Amino acid sequence: MAILVQLIISLVVVIAFIALNAAFLVWLERKGAGHFQRRIGPKEVGPFGLLQTVVDGIKLMSKQLFVPDHVDPILFRVAPLLILIPAVMSFVTIPFSDFLVARNLNYGLLMIFAFASVNVLGLLIGGWGSANKYAVISAARAVSQNVAYEIPMLITVITVVMMTHTLDLTEIVRQQAGGFWNWNILPLGRNPLMAVIMPISFLIFFTCSLAETNRAPFDMAEAESELIAGAYTEYPGMGFGVFFMGEYANIIVGCALSTILFLGGWQCPFGLFPGVHWFLIKLYLLIFTVIWIRWTYPRTTIYGLLNLSWKVLIPFSLFNLLLTGAFLKVF
Amino acid sequence: MSGYWKDVFGGTKSLAVGLGITIKAFFQPVVTLQYPHESLKMTPRFRGHIDLVKDEETGESKCIVCGMCQKACPSGCITVDGEKPEGAKKKVLTKYTLDFTKCSLCGLCVESCKPEAITFSKDYNLAGPRKEAYIFDLKKRLEERS
Repeated sequence: MAILVQLIISLVVVIAFIALNAAFLVWLERKGAGHFQRRIGPKEVGPFGLLQTVVDGIKLMSKQLFVPDHVDPILFRVAPLLILIPAVMSFVTIPFSDFLVARNLNYGLLMIFAFASVNVLGLLIGGWGSANKYAVISAARAVSQNVAYEIPMLITVITVVMMTHTLDLTEIVRQQAGGFWNWNILPLGRNPLMAVIMPISFLIFFTCSLAETNRAPFDMAEAESELIAGAYTEYPGMGFGVFFMGEYANIIVGCALSTILFLGGWQCPFGLFPGVHWFLIKLYLLIFTVIWIRWTYPRTTIYGLLNLSWKVLIPFSLFNLLLTGAFLKVF
Repeated sequence: MSGYWKDVFGGTKSLAVGLGITIKAFFQPVVTLQYPHESLKMTPRFRGHIDLVKDEETGESKCIVCGMCQKACPSGCITVDGEKPEGAKKKVLTKYTLDFTKCSLCGLCVESCKPEAITFSKDYNLAGPRKEAYIFDLKKRLEERS
């Protein structure tokens, strides 16, 4: 019974966190986009335009959930949820602090990656179910992109796992206690040799998480100048809204994973007062970086995208894996 | 192979430079004008629709109702009418309407006006719900201004 109560409470908290964060991140994105282009961004609705996304959400919810002719009625309705649910599931095992975790699993990392690959299925089903040429092209692109970037991402994760000997996210963060010199991104205090390759691992991981979440400059699936809105083209109202929420939830998952695996999770850079605040600071700094990257680089081509993965990221990550094995075995 | 390494390192470097440029822009002040809340002052040579000039001494229009502007207007937008009150020497303006739906802002009326009684206004917020909103009563506008 206690477990059931805990489960329901954590589920409610997680969903509330995702929904609020999606609203906040859309605002942050628009505000960031504004200031990167030396505009102000939303500012009319509420203080600093903070209520803009709430109003947008109400607008989306008040729209008719129109299902066009010729679409696959089941797949069309299932796709938005298939994007959102894996993100929600991933939050179950993401530790916000030592004790602030819905359910700590000793194979948490594996679970998150298992669910993360369902994400692309959502895009594929949405694109295919829409019976729209733009959506189908978008779905094909999303699949090729996700297949290409999942490989280097998983290989870099393996280097982390080899170093920490665990798939338990809480345990991975615990090992990074002490100070920033113990973090996996530059583990000078724990294994100076690994400090040579872990920064590269982090770069590869972060790049791949951008591509996995379909963020610019890798937003080939939603290249609005070529594909209208890609897989979301046919979705009205809250169908689109749920897609959008899932996309932002996935960004949070990606950034949270980068924080946990490389940046020491809830650990303080100087070993003082570790706690959930440090996790959130690092998380939002990373999310800001994601926004910063989006408003800096133009979109790549699909060929450039695949070349980057197969010619640069995969060889580098394999080389990293090899070196990690050698360093851990020899020293 | 040298081309490959050049691509990897040169590309990474150029990406970092790009990030540097945008983050600088991020912390610089915004350059946009928050239009409905604030607006720019128009330049002296801006050509809005025409407006009557106020005579600083009398507070009335400078117009002598000669009708030159009405004749000069190629589109026939201007209607001027005046009357001579009892015992007065000059005509007094009673009506000056501009049909802005036809006006092409050529400025011939302003050029033809001897007493310089009309000028270009600096008004550019000209949204209206129907066509009739663009038939301006310039005499009324002048009275509203003073």
